[in-house]
Amino acid sequence: MSASIAPASAPPKAQSDFAVELADVTFAYDRRPVLTGISMQIPRGGVVGIMGGSGCGKTTILRLIGGQLKPNSGRVLVAGESVPDLDREGLHLMRRRLGMLFQFGALFTDMSVYENIAFALREHTDLPEELIRDLVLMKLHAVGLRGASRLMPSELSGGMARRVALARAIALDPMLVLYDEPFAGLDPISLGVVGQLIRRLSDALGITSLVVTHDIYESLKIVDYLYFVSEGKIIAQGTPAEVRASGDGFVRQFVDGAPDGPVPFHYPAAPYRSELLARV
Amino acid sequence: MFSAAAAGFVHALRRMGSRTTAIVSWLGYATRFSIAVIRETPAAFSRFSLTMREIYFSGVLSLVIILVSGLFVGMVLALQGYDVLQRYGAAESLGVLVALSLVRELGPVVAGLLFASRAGSAITAEIGLMKATEQLSAMEMMAVDPLARVVAPRFWGGIISMPLLAALFSTLGVFGAYIVGVKLIGIDAGAFWGNMQAGVDFRYDIVNGVIKSIVFGVAVSMLAVFEGYDAKPTAEGVSTATTRTVVESSLAILGLDFVLTVFMFRGVA
Repeated sequence: MSASIAPASAPPKAQSDFAVELADVTFAYDRRPVLTGISMQIPRGGVVGIMGGSGCGKTTILRLIGGQLKPNSGRVLVAGESVPDLDREGLHLMRRRLGMLFQFGALFTDMSVYENIAFALREHTDLPEELIRDLVLMKLHAVGLRGASRLMPSELSGGMARRVALARAIALDPMLVLYDEPFAGLDPISLGVVGQLIRRLSDALGITSLVVTHDIYESLKIVDYLYFVSEGKIIAQGTPAEVRASGDGFVRQFVDGAPDGPVPFHYPAAPYRSELLARV
Repeated sequence: MFSAAAAGFVHALRRMGSRTTAIVSWLGYATRFSIAVIRETPAAFSRFSLTMREIYFSGVLSLVIILVSGLFVGMVLALQGYDVLQRYGAAESLGVLVALSLVRELGPVVAGLLFASRAGSAITAEIGLMKATEQLSAMEMMAVDPLARVVAPRFWGGIISMPLLAALFSTLGVFGAYIVGVKLIGIDAGAFWGNMQAGVDFRYDIVNGVIKSIVFGVAVSMLAVFEGYDAKPTAEGVSTATTRTVVESSLAILGLDFVLTVFMFRGVA
């Protein structure tokens, strides 16, 4: 049950224009439910955010879209194709059209920055090395790190690693990029740089971007639309303007950074008084 | 009273069933993983540079420990062997004693144990850390199969390295025995090498020793890649997986050595 902030403003495009569609998706690890009745539509070329606290199922949504997990029920469509129904070959073809930026970059630590970005190009194309070199330098230039091509991942700061990972994610000019907590652990300058890069690259290359994050301020600057997830359900959604103006308790707690509210400060426990007075 | 006992029995039965199911499930997963790795063999050989890199890391970088151990094992074997043989006036047989001990048993087994400790643990730790830092997931999301790109080259690199390391271990062991037996103790060099040449059979001793080292290479490499791939993606998980690789590989080598020896050398003596 999603408490839509502004139902009228939900993505207005026709169904064929959606890069990603989730319809009534349910997923559980063993018997522990993680997602319940998730439905969302991500329009092509848009930047859409998924917000929620830690462990609410945000990353699981990305893994379902990437085909690393299969839903227990419901539909997961990427560019109109049902991801859970794809065979191994189909899944590989679909993944060639998407990029993913992992929480801490997930750069290959035994390869230089250059090799990391050339990796997918070498694996999936027969391009000559000169052309690969040009493409790698172009991608690195786009994220402002052309001068760091010879560095190893261990020599990069957190923000630089995230930018290299972004360059690697767009190496094959994907139609969709999934971002898993792209702002986690970054200083304010790096955070702003990564945020603007996501927006600018999406606009310049026509990439659809799905950003999973819990950084409300940075998200509101760059996304077109936001979904709020709590305990495996979408509980609110809307444009950044609607989110800012929202009176919904959960959304307000997120926007205001309030320690207590619909997401309680205390982990469920027995009454404080009875525990203190209990005999040891 | 009766119902409490019955409930306890049912509880124990459930726990036993649950554990059995977990073990069977784990065995099934391990078997499927092994088959999947073997199916990726063409990937390891079609891009042999990847496997060559792993031969360097597993084999070449293990050389120091293997060569030094081989040399000292051979020297100690010569000292101990001479002490016993000279009591029976058979000191001239030192060469053949050392060579057979090394080629048949100590070469493959000790080299296998050292290989498990040096290279097996490194393979597990590397794959486990790649999993913990989401590098394997990243590869998967780039439509690159980690089994073909990461696991199969390490598996085959280990298999190719192991018999070469065992051969070098035995060679250095014989050289160590020569230094102690001939140069230090003063056994006749002609008798040392002549008895060795006459007493070591290529088919029964050397080939069987090589077969053993290949089997140990398969066991250690498969256990190492499996434990790394199956490791929990945490610091503790990688550490536990690394320890398991060394323990399981060592036990596998000792167990397999007994089984292989039973089949290879029965009736030969």
